[in-house]
Amino acid sequence: MGGAASQLPKEMVSEYQMIFFFLSGFFLRAHKRFSELQDRDSLSSRVPMEKILTMPELKSNPFRRRICHVFSTSEPNDGSLTFEDFLDLLSAFSDSATLEIKSHYAFRIFDFDDDGTLDAGDLEKLVNCLTGDTDETRLNPEEMRQLIKNILEESDIDKDGTVNLSEFQHVISRSPDFVSSFKIVL
Amino acid sequence: MARNVNFELHDLRAVLESPVDEDGIHDSFHQLIEEQTLDLSADAEAYELSELEEGEGRDNLGYLASPSSRQQHGEMQEERTEPLMDQQWSTATLRVLSSMPSRTIGRSRGAIISNYYNRTMQLRRRRQSRPSIRDFAPSSRPSIRGYGGVETDAGVDDERKWRQLVINLQNLPVSDRVQMLRCMPLSVDEKREIRRAALEYKGRRSSENQRVPCFSQLKICVIIALRHGWYSWLSLLSFLQLWQIALKKVSGRFGTGVLSYFVFLKTLLLFNFFLSIVTGFFLVLPQAIYPALSYALKFQGLELLTGGGYFTSTVMYYGYYTNSTLKKDCIWQQAISQHSNQTACHSLYYNMPLAYFFTIGFAFFITGIILVYTMSKSFGQSFRIDKSQGVLAMKVFASWDFKVSKKSSIKMQCENISTQIKELLSELALQQNTMGLLQKFGKSCVHLLAWTMCVGSTLACVLAVFYFSDYMHMDQKSRARVNDTANPLVKEAGLLALPVVVSTINLLLPGFFNAVAWMEEYNSPSTSNYVSIFRNLMLKVSVLGVLCYHWLGRIAHDPTSLGLQCWESFVGQELYRFLLMDFIFTMLDTFFGEFLWRLFSQKALKRKRKPVFDIARHVLELIYGQTLAWLGVLFIPVLPIVQIIKLLCMFYMKKASLMMNCQAPRKPWRACQMTTIFITLLCFPSFLGASVFVTYTMWTIKPSESCGPFRGLNSMFQSGKRWVEELEKGNPNLGWLVWAHTYLVENPFFLFVGAGIFLIVIYFHTQVLDGQRKIISLLQEQIKNEGEDKKFLITKLQFIHEQKRPLSSHRIRGASEVKPVSVPLSLCYL
Repeated sequence: MGGAASQLPKEMVSEYQMIFFFLSGFFLRAHKRFSELQDRDSLSSRVPMEKILTMPELKSNPFRRRICHVFSTSEPNDGSLTFEDFLDLLSAFSDSATLEIKSHYAFRIFDFDDDGTLDAGDLEKLVNCLTGDTDETRLNPEEMRQLIKNILEESDIDKDGTVNLSEFQHVISRSPDFVSSFKIVL
Repeated sequence: MARNVNFELHDLRAVLESPVDEDGIHDSFHQLIEEQTLDLSADAEAYELSELEEGEGRDNLGYLASPSSRQQHGEMQEERTEPLMDQQWSTATLRVLSSMPSRTIGRSRGAIISNYYNRTMQLRRRRQSRPSIRDFAPSSRPSIRGYGGVETDAGVDDERKWRQLVINLQNLPVSDRVQMLRCMPLSVDEKREIRRAALEYKGRRSSENQRVPCFSQLKICVIIALRHGWYSWLSLLSFLQLWQIALKKVSGRFGTGVLSYFVFLKTLLLFNFFLSIVTGFFLVLPQAIYPALSYALKFQGLELLTGGGYFTSTVMYYGYYTNSTLKKDCIWQQAISQHSNQTACHSLYYNMPLAYFFTIGFAFFITGIILVYTMSKSFGQSFRIDKSQGVLAMKVFASWDFKVSKKSSIKMQCENISTQIKELLSELALQQNTMGLLQKFGKSCVHLLAWTMCVGSTLACVLAVFYFSDYMHMDQKSRARVNDTANPLVKEAGLLALPVVVSTINLLLPGFFNAVAWMEEYNSPSTSNYVSIFRNLMLKVSVLGVLCYHWLGRIAHDPTSLGLQCWESFVGQELYRFLLMDFIFTMLDTFFGEFLWRLFSQKALKRKRKPVFDIARHVLELIYGQTLAWLGVLFIPVLPIVQIIKLLCMFYMKKASLMMNCQAPRKPWRACQMTTIFITLLCFPSFLGASVFVTYTMWTIKPSESCGPFRGLNSMFQSGKRWVEELEKGNPNLGWLVWAHTYLVENPFFLFVGAGIFLIVIYFHTQVLDGQRKIISLLQEQIKNEGEDKKFLITKLQFIHEQKRPLSSHRIRGASEVKPVSVPLSLCYL
């Protein structure tokens, strides 16, 4: 809570080492950053989404809200993170996380309507996030339609009109750059 | 009865809903249902308030009312390729669809646990701790075994699966358990619960064995202590990582492509560090402690540039090293005790020629092994069996670089991705229009012309270097004959001409190649990358080849005609000069090429774009510099240290210039693949060439008579041979060593056999890869067929549901009846 506990208990650290992908020296750094985001006089250990989004690593990322929603374990799912959610986030985005964990979370981040598959609406929102907001970079409706059709043709193996997790992981496994680009360094 | 309907539908809901969404109707289908309810808003009051019934009834009417769906349904038999989302389904069908295992596998906790239960089971089987038959879950359908979605005892099964997962985990070895736990995509609380349960079971079990032997207790304590030590060492290492903040800044602004250049620089730095430690410890240090007697020249500033003068009589060059065995205290004692014949030396012997030979050989051998290992690891990461398809999907799913954090860079990334997507789309559209024969012919003519120009210019430059070096050689010879008494430093400054010429060629010609490539048209941006890399490589390899001939073929062949007492030191000086000139020219290029060009283009040409950071060219320059360092280690043991200083300066210089002047490349840069290619280039032309050069020098060329550790021998290699022979004389049991030496090392037959075995292994691996490709295409076919099965079943389900519906749609206005709902329920349990 706040800045009072700047030291993490040792048992917690060793437990974290078993659960997460990074090493003990990293926890102190992560704890420091998280304490900076926390409000000193608030009682809860959760940091609201707006404060998380002020982090320089996430500030301008077009997927920042989705990232917060995916890793948040709060009941109303408002995107607020506890320290452990924060560690979970950093672990999934760390250097040594496996391809499987990364593709799992990437799938959940790209699944804008949270229904377990990427359908045409999800893909359209994804492409709009990737290409940005300006007029010259956005795709026109014709190109978007063509793009979604091509993506589904290439990646939808069972031809049900959506890309599910296994199909997504199959596409990702063919791209060796994914692991190095799905990284956030603190 | 309404109650009955609710009950059965609740049952259905309890079984089929995804645990994430509590409402029972997922958002994506929500719109579908909403659209259908809007059609029938007039009838809203007539329906009962139970949400499910409403949805059921309205939806069904909607389904019946729309003619298109009926038509679709009629055509269902013919068109099997309609995606499932286009059709209008009833709520029950939608619920079935939404809770299908393929859709819930990523979200449902039960599905994840089942999945990992299967994996731990496989791992246990592999680790030979066979699970009992009781552990296998019974299921109605083998292909969905392990998925907790559609089984009859779903609620019980989840809990059982959890218990079994915990049992599996605690039967695995510790490292596997930790890895498995880390890889599970569950929330932290759940992982903690599982871990605690697994450890608890283990604790309970171990307490059952009363007698724990003392030895294993000690072993456990030692292992725990070691593990703590290992973790703290690893975390210390991570703190010591060089340049972590700088690299983070670079990747935050420029992305992974430019980062790969700096990571490559760091790798080279580590190689040189290793090399300098080995040579420093084994060669420089002993010789520095026992300095050989030599005349010392005064230090003047120009030596730093030419490498000659004062430096020739220091540890820096080969010529300084003695060919005797260094003995401690013997020199003094011999001088003092003139009567005694035996020297009272009890201390260390250090055979300098042997040390020199073996150190260089050992350093090269270990560097080679590390390089090959790095190359194979990088290759394994980047090689994919079927890469040709799915370019657009890969671009959309996998190309966003999350490391980039600066706002302007993110904007630039968006622009780049948008351009690349539009280009890919237009390419795909174009591919459908095939090119005419004339166009193809025109394209190949342009390619041929470009290649002729590049090869021609390379040849011209190589010949220029050849004749210029010949001219310098002749000039030096004539001067030696005339016995020129000019200042030796001025003479050595004159020798700087050749490095300047070579560096100029290395600077200007890649620009020319870029200009030529600009007029060509390639199918994909990666092809143009490969072509430009190949052309640059060709240039550098041929120039280095000519230079090696110049040093070994001309200078080493006949050193006395040049007036050289020590040709090895001279060649070492040449290499030092080349390295230094390369560095100076890189500095000038960074200053003029990037800084001034940016000022010029922004002020004079008024362009908004900064110059692009050309990754391929810079990495090739690094490889060239490293090749020079490897070529020169034999003659200058201190050269890796010079290279380290050069790399450090280059890092800071390039980073500063990058931040101020450049922007990221606009074309897509596949970092992983390119890194593999660069490491391969570092290993094959660069390191292999250097080791061939060194091996040739050691094997065949006669060392100088009057300097260096190998003076008086016929070849450097002979020192090793002599040592082996001396060993045999001293101890006849070691005769096998001589035999091994003669038959294995000197005989090329052994090499041929080794190479043959290597090629056979490679052949087997390629056949295995071919087979895997075939399996992949067969499996894809199978998945497609399964998908069609699924569609068929769902539409059949809907059809039967719809057939039963007309009977009950009249009854919905009053009390609702039960009958029709039960039929589709039973079909759900297929």
